[in-house]
Amino acid sequence: MASAAAPASSEEAVKAAKVLMVGAGGIGCELLKTLALSGFSDIHVIDLDTIEVSNLNRQFLFRKSHVGQSKAHVARDAILKFRPNINIESHHANVKDAQFNVDFFKQFNVVLNGLDNLDARRHVNRLCLAAEVPLVESGTTGFLGQVTVHVKGKTECYECQPKPIPKSYPVCTITSTPSKFVHCIVWAKELLFAKLFGDKNQDNDLNVHSKDGSSSKSDVFERDVDEDLDQYAQRIYDHVFGYNIEVALENEETWKNRRRPNPVYIRDTLPEAVKQNGSSRDCSNDHEEPSAMASLGLTNPQEIWTLAENSRVLLEAFKLFFEKREKEIGNLVFDKDDQLAVEFVTAAANIRAHSFGIPLHSLFEAKGVAGNIVHAVATTNAIIAGLIVIEAIKVLRDDYKNYRMTYCLEHPTKKLLLMPVEPFEPNTSCYVCSETPLLLDVNTKVTKLKEVIDKIIKSKLGMNLPLVMIGSTLVFEDGDGLEEDEAANYALNLEKVLAELPAPVINGTKLTVEDFQQELSCSINIKHREEFDEEKEPDGMVLSGWSAPVEKQINSNGENKSAASSSSAHATDDTVEDPSKPGMKRKLDELLETKENCDASSSAQVVEDDDDCTMLDGNPALIKKKRLQ
Amino acid sequence: MMDLSKYVADLICFFRRLGIRAFRAMGGGGGGGAEEELTAQETALYDRQIRVWGVDAQKRLSKAHVLVCGVNGTTIEFCKNIVLAGVGSLSLMDDHMVTEDDLNSNFLIPHDESVYGGKSRAEVCCESLKDFNPMVRVAVAKGNPSLIDGTFIDMFDIIVVSCASLKTKLFINDNCRKRSKHIAFYSVECKDSCGEIFVDLQDHSYLQKKPGGEPEQQELKYPSLQEAISVPWKDLSKRTTKLYYAMRVLESYESSEGRDPGETSLSDLPAVLARRKDMCDRMSVDESKIPTSLLERLLAAGKKEHPPVCAILGGILGQEVIKSISCKGDPIKNFFYFDDADGKGAMEDIPPTS
Repeated sequence: MASAAAPASSEEAVKAAKVLMVGAGGIGCELLKTLALSGFSDIHVIDLDTIEVSNLNRQFLFRKSHVGQSKAHVARDAILKFRPNINIESHHANVKDAQFNVDFFKQFNVVLNGLDNLDARRHVNRLCLAAEVPLVESGTTGFLGQVTVHVKGKTECYECQPKPIPKSYPVCTITSTPSKFVHCIVWAKELLFAKLFGDKNQDNDLNVHSKDGSSSKSDVFERDVDEDLDQYAQRIYDHVFGYNIEVALENEETWKNRRRPNPVYIRDTLPEAVKQNGSSRDCSNDHEEPSAMASLGLTNPQEIWTLAENSRVLLEAFKLFFEKREKEIGNLVFDKDDQLAVEFVTAAANIRAHSFGIPLHSLFEAKGVAGNIVHAVATTNAIIAGLIVIEAIKVLRDDYKNYRMTYCLEHPTKKLLLMPVEPFEPNTSCYVCSETPLLLDVNTKVTKLKEVIDKIIKSKLGMNLPLVMIGSTLVFEDGDGLEEDEAANYALNLEKVLAELPAPVINGTKLTVEDFQQELSCSINIKHREEFDEEKEPDGMVLSGWSAPVEKQINSNGENKSAASSSSAHATDDTVEDPSKPGMKRKLDELLETKENCDASSSAQVVEDDDDCTMLDGNPALIKKKRLQ
Repeated sequence: MMDLSKYVADLICFFRRLGIRAFRAMGGGGGGGAEEELTAQETALYDRQIRVWGVDAQKRLSKAHVLVCGVNGTTIEFCKNIVLAGVGSLSLMDDHMVTEDDLNSNFLIPHDESVYGGKSRAEVCCESLKDFNPMVRVAVAKGNPSLIDGTFIDMFDIIVVSCASLKTKLFINDNCRKRSKHIAFYSVECKDSCGEIFVDLQDHSYLQKKPGGEPEQQELKYPSLQEAISVPWKDLSKRTTKLYYAMRVLESYESSEGRDPGETSLSDLPAVLARRKDMCDRMSVDESKIPTSLLERLLAAGKKEHPPVCAILGGILGQEVIKSISCKGDPIKNFFYFDDADGKGAMEDIPPTS
């Protein structure tokens, strides 16, 4: 292992290395180029994505003619064009696929991540730990970026620091008391759009507020048999922006300390629309993708529409869905690349925002919020790719005393735009790379096993194919190849509350959860609790027992009284800290969590604006560096 | 200079066409005022970066004209970045024929002599760069950077110089400063695992982002290259990076020996150490300010560029040029250094703003 022998020369180490690159997007394109130039000659690339137009401003290996093709394959071909003598193997696949198991990972000397989502990052981290392959991890957003090194037993793993879970909002903020534009977007996308065009069998909180006393219909969102499309559109408009607000206003308690919303009716916003009921419109652009903006002659996506314009766009988009895309209705899921869906959601969110006195936004801005679009530029990706290669070479030379995590900053800190920091030691309470049990507060009398698996084991612990054991009793297993009776039995268990499982889960029970693919196993101690705060603990359960190591360090080391004094002592040292912003690392981690092209399919998550990030910044005074020895 | 005058004529013609396009947009564009709107194509392509720097910056970028003198791994990284970002035009000036040495750090030159043979660095790279973004005009500017004149310089907003002698850099910087038009000057050098960027924006005013508040107008006054490299060393902060001094020693040695930039090797070490002693004595500072080991590294580097460092320097430089064109964000004043050995990317303000 860490021999006393002098590290190999960079050239030799690079030539002999076999590397795995996960992600061939913004960072990946730059990385593949820099690896090839630096003399790496055996590279595997995995990416499941295909190329889109909005990639072309930075993913320079791709051209317009490649749109729709595999990123991994096109990137490989582009590099081979100028360096034909190296070996690049490309996999157009998900890194979570079973073929990329621990044995697959073991063939590499180092793994380099250029990923865009937390889920895949955690998965790769676990495989690298299991296969004992060093990992160089990276991320960028706008002008910010970071590169970190994770070597089992030497530095912290990617998950030693708890990662912020993408923000979700309390249901009542979305359904009744929005205070930010993002709340209106979530409402328009997750509730209204889903209700009208999505799967009718999905639970939808819009139901709760759609009791229409005057009608005998079971669901106001259903179209009446004798109703023409205009009438239908206007009725829905009045219902969600007018009637529902009036109903909400009746609850005086809600508005005691809040600004009261204004109901919006079509007769006020578009008096002429009501009169020209059923008028025919110009439907000349049949050859193109249907667009409400286009049919209304609105051209500038940067412009903020008036309330009347938003209303027109909403009605028009609504009708276009029924006229041009009727077959898709019932199966539609919001997609940021679906122009008509973006128009509908923008308009609906703006009308709701108007109602609640929230500033309106342009389609361009609304699209960014609704699609979780992360800011991205070529320069940051290029810099980060350069830093990844520098760290990869150190890893290959086993030069662990010089490992650094590097932050790329927008504003210089202590004159630095690129700030290297010594890596942290492994967190001894990390449930991923140590074997520390976790603690779960949960009401065992009402919570179903299914909820624990979805909200905790899959979502928080990031397991892909989990197995759950209580003592020696197996209560759940995921994956293919199950016997029919086993599968039926597990399905039954999923719907049972914890206390009624074959092996009852009560206060003090220890759960063992495992994921064979990730070779990860951990224990969860159960603590029964009956009351949960709906606002602060919306899951109805709380996972804890996995804390950052920094507090312990401060206590155990009297010298590190304050960040400022210790960093000035290290002023001539190799690494630097930022005395003015001691929470820098944590804050950057959080900022960077929604990295390049964050996975847009995950629901109700939004890009944080700067204000939110500051709020997230937990305990900034506690960040200290810990030397590697 | 025949080639150059033809190039000028060509470029002027291009600018006229641009002018016509702008004129049409002003007359015909409804609702948008005098400002030309971005096209739907531009909005779709630049979506992710407009979310970083805004529509106004994107419009300014599309009207900016950049000249790069000296094509190497570092400047090609820069070129890639600004072509992707969508500058108005990029002109490459480097008449040197491509040799095998150019392949090491330049990803635009294929390993195939039948492609690059008999062509200049600028010619080979120009073709590939055009592909990166069809909306940007990329052209070869034939000529010698040490002879370019004012009328030519006036066609550009940004000039980046690399692998040129100190004399040439001073000449171009001086020329930029003499023009009535505002022309930003940058020089960049990569010596294996170390790099230096110099910035001269003359008088630069820009919007500074204030956390939580409205952006504020800021004014900066830059020294010329000549001023920035002739500061008495004893006036500089003790924490000034050692690379600043080492680069000046090397520069001075190359100039007096009449060497091309980077045409040095370890065999020059004794003479360079003598130069260090000479300069340190003259500046009344201790020789230990400039470690021998650092000079050794720089000499051994010669013209070699380390590709990851090219990516870092080209990225930082790209970002700086975007900041300067858009007049948004704190620009580097006035040096930037990167050293792979400690991993720091640091700014230096020389002479220090009092």
